[in-house]
Amino acid sequence: MTRPEAMGLLLTTIARLITGAQGHWKGCPPKAEQRIYFANHQSHLDWVLIWAALPKDLRSVTRPIAAKDYWTSGRFKHWLTREVFNAVYVNRQRTDDQDPLEPLAEALKRGDSLVIFPEGTRSNKGLPMPFKSGLYHLAEQFPQVQLIPAWIDNVQRVMPKGEVVPVPILCTVTFGAPMQLQPGEDKRAFLERARNAVVGLRPGGERDAPAQRSAA
Amino acid sequence: MSFIETLRALFDPLRRLDGSQQVQLLFVVLFGVLLTISAYAAMRTVREEDAEGDALRERFHRELRAVWVTAVIFWLAWVSGTVGATLLFGIVSFLAFREYITLLKTRASDHRSLLLAFFVVLPLQFVLVGSGDFGMFSVFIPVYVFIAIPVVSALAGDPERFLERNAKIQWGIMVCIYGLSHAPALLLLNLPKASGKGAFLLFLLVMVAATAQIAQELASRRLRRRPVARQIDRSFSYAALGVGVLAAAVVGVVLAWTTLGFKVPQALAMSMIAAASGAFGEFVMRALKKDAGVRHWGNAASVTGAVGLLDRVAPICFAAPVFFHSVVWYFQLRP
Repeated sequence: MTRPEAMGLLLTTIARLITGAQGHWKGCPPKAEQRIYFANHQSHLDWVLIWAALPKDLRSVTRPIAAKDYWTSGRFKHWLTREVFNAVYVNRQRTDDQDPLEPLAEALKRGDSLVIFPEGTRSNKGLPMPFKSGLYHLAEQFPQVQLIPAWIDNVQRVMPKGEVVPVPILCTVTFGAPMQLQPGEDKRAFLERARNAVVGLRPGGERDAPAQRSAA
Repeated sequence: MSFIETLRALFDPLRRLDGSQQVQLLFVVLFGVLLTISAYAAMRTVREEDAEGDALRERFHRELRAVWVTAVIFWLAWVSGTVGATLLFGIVSFLAFREYITLLKTRASDHRSLLLAFFVVLPLQFVLVGSGDFGMFSVFIPVYVFIAIPVVSALAGDPERFLERNAKIQWGIMVCIYGLSHAPALLLLNLPKASGKGAFLLFLLVMVAATAQIAQELASRRLRRRPVARQIDRSFSYAALGVGVLAAAVVGVVLAWTTLGFKVPQALAMSMIAAASGAFGEFVMRALKKDAGVRHWGNAASVTGAVGLLDRVAPICFAAPVFFHSVVWYFQLRP
């Protein structure tokens, strides 16, 4: 076992011990297809939780997005995101000559799957904030890639704002049915629909829309 | 008295074995029974391929797996001695408490209290058990933690629902940590005439609690009596409870008399205490679940993804301290 693999195992073990990190595949089975998972974002732990909830063979091809300035600033942070998570780095500062989505598009062209948090930042108000348009542009450019909504539940209780030590509380990641950009659908409508798909996966939210039986 | 004589003749060779041999035999029998059931179940799955009984069979297999896991855990606890047993129950306690806290909504200002409970109180309590310091271990949570938790909570500066929040945490600590820590404590008790047989005390408790649970479940299905508290549990009735406790008492008497050298009335009283407190403990846990808004367990419908461990250990959580302290009191054991 290499050092990054050991680190990955350690992190998933901790995530399991603290949160259970249970993945509920309600709308789709965990399969090795090219996918973009998009989820609500409440805590720093969100990515690790999704990662731990994925089956082991999907982890190596499913990549997070990391802010380049922050995650490459220290040796350990850089090593962690590069070697363990295989993160896609993006620039937070917008420059006119470069599309900020270009690194993402490159990763998708290589056949990798991505996990994105379309709110753009962490929110702790319960319901997610409006989605940023990146998801729409990716859906437009890569119609063959499955878009999987996911809801991460309870994680804000594990580590409230300002705390550093997590409290052990069970969390779940619920993966919904794949969705696609409809022909002629405009940006606002699509982003609203995507956000509703995420919110609909909330435990208790399924009463509004009958949940599909797990195909797994 | 020929019946008693026959029984005696039957069990005498068993009684003459020493403690460790008896435990070994016990596990051989236990795993033998489990293997037989599993083999039978496997054969049934091959033979019948109808979809009808599928859900039932799936549930049965899940339960069977849980029994296997429990049996293996107990075997490991016994093989690894005091330290191992304490550690194993410490882990079970951690998982149960995690589930309990997940169910009850806590506020952000409870964070420090919860950290204290999970990472200080829980390990300390099990270290106290392992060290055999029964005086301290009995009072550590009711006395010291009882003041520490509200102090930490008050320091967080949030007066909202203060009593309720602290009561929740303190109650969870009592049930999941204090209660469960009495299970390994049984292993360390030095009984007169049966020193070093703590494994049997623990096994007795678990067997009695499990028997009571199963018998009660079966009886409530058969008898269909009026439930005592419909809102909490549709199947809980005094008749079913009585059947459960009686069945547990029979199992308990046979076990305690053959292995621990208890007199029959002693064994009977102790088994009934353990069975009744376990059954009532489970009932209380149901009320708690209803309060927390949980209707179903398991992956498909649960609110939290809680795996239902709390359900399984609830009888032990309540029965273990009652059982432990009544044994200590009755035999006037000096810790």
